[in-house]
Amino acid sequence: MSEILVDIKNMTFKRNERVIYDGISLSIPKGKITAIMGPSGIGKTTLLRLIGGQIKPESGQILFDGHDIPQLSRNDLYEVRKRMSMLFQSGALFTDMSVYDNIAFPIREHTELSEDIIEKMVLMKLEAVGLRGARGLRPSELSGGMARRAALARSIALDPELILYDEPFAGQDPISMGVIVRLIQDLGQALGLTSVVVSHDVPEVMSIADYIYIIAEQKIIGQGTPEEIYRQTSPLVQQFVKGESDGPVPFHFPAAPYREELIGRGSK
Amino acid sequence: MQQLQILGHTIIGQISGLGRALLMLLSALFHMPNPRKGFPLLLNQLYSVGVLSLVIILVSGLFIGMVLALQGYTILVGYGAEASLGPMVALSLLRELGPVVSALLFAGRAGSALTAEIGLMKATEQLSSLEMMAVDPLRRVVAPRFWAGFISLPLLAAIFSAVGILGAHLVGVDWLGVDSGTFWSVMQAQVSFEKDILNGIIKSVVFAFVVTWIAVYKGYACEPTSEGISRATTSTVVQSSLLVLGLDFVLTALMFAN
Repeated sequence: MSEILVDIKNMTFKRNERVIYDGISLSIPKGKITAIMGPSGIGKTTLLRLIGGQIKPESGQILFDGHDIPQLSRNDLYEVRKRMSMLFQSGALFTDMSVYDNIAFPIREHTELSEDIIEKMVLMKLEAVGLRGARGLRPSELSGGMARRAALARSIALDPELILYDEPFAGQDPISMGVIVRLIQDLGQALGLTSVVVSHDVPEVMSIADYIYIIAEQKIIGQGTPEEIYRQTSPLVQQFVKGESDGPVPFHFPAAPYREELIGRGSK
Repeated sequence: MQQLQILGHTIIGQISGLGRALLMLLSALFHMPNPRKGFPLLLNQLYSVGVLSLVIILVSGLFIGMVLALQGYTILVGYGAEASLGPMVALSLLRELGPVVSALLFAGRAGSALTAEIGLMKATEQLSSLEMMAVDPLRRVVAPRFWAGFISLPLLAAIFSAVGILGAHLVGVDWLGVDSGTFWSVMQAQVSFEKDILNGIIKSVVFAFVVTWIAVYKGYACEPTSEGISRATTSTVVQSSLLVLGLDFVLTALMFAN
């Protein structure tokens, strides 16, 4: 396996006594697209926030290029964050700025470049996501797919080493889904980016990921290249990959017996 | 037993909330953006927090001054003391109504807007995305808003009192016929700079601190849902209004008793 950029070791995370991750370990190789899949609500986004240092695990290590993220001081954490970037599910564009200013924002914040150079950089990023013509629009004037592409342009504005995609395909029509799949792939190759894609859209992820982790029930239940995942025999992995409604992950939320609730406990 | 537990939980929750609010304030104050980037942000906020609150402050100040003059005149004239209308109005405004009413109006107009804005930025992950861009939201979002509120409110309170006195002059002198010279000269003689004006300014500085702090903290700490934002906005207005009124009593007791 190639060099590791993010290495999570034996990490446990709890939210209000509820265990979200129970001693999981996973590694994200440099320059590859790693996908993290799993049913909704198992804390996939939480994992990205843990990598970004926005929340801290109960125990275990999260190493980013050798730095243990939870142990970093505030200043060091901010330094490390300059090397990573996150594409939020909502895009999280600043609504009080135009698309252009949104993309120029991180450059203006972290560099002392002149506006001439910033303009060229912003236009290059916008061109990469096909939105050079939309530079003057406000985020509220963009469609969902365009907003996500603009947010993608913003997250690559400072050429990060690692980019964390939070559900990049959720709620997209087939065309913009295709566009985003292509962008993630192209950007990864062209810039040598390490990408982590959190998603539950099986076919899209299978088509671009180099390596896949499937998480359920606080643990990693399956991992491998897309071909290996398809070949795995674990019923949980198969249920997820094939999208079956019932199986090891039950269709029903835990409840009292149906019969008992309908006709009552005491009735005969 | 269970009730005791709930009580304990609530108290611990309140205290840790206070601690978090204090920490947030300290980090916002000690991580000021550098002046070149921070100053335009502050100016922007001074406009939306301060300048945009001017209308409500001007109109309310004018009417409150007018009402004070009208009420004061009808009472004072019974004792033949209408010459004291000027100082009566000026003292009420400078000591009490100016700082208090402008703080209440400010909490409703600007405080709620600050909470809602920051809360919505949190709900739409804008604050998180700032953090992930290695830009501290406390420095970039909270600090300029806090300073803008802290600077604006004392100025607004001063404007409120000034306009109130003009409103009182309009009613007392121009409509009800109190002598203009008497109105101003008795006011000048009776109002002391240190006791009345300075104490009023101190009050409005304290209120500015409290109202803006509550507003930015409630937004920053709110639950990032539409219900959470609405609760946070309401509690900004309610808590800051109650705190302003309570603190006003304490400050008045400290400043003017005996």
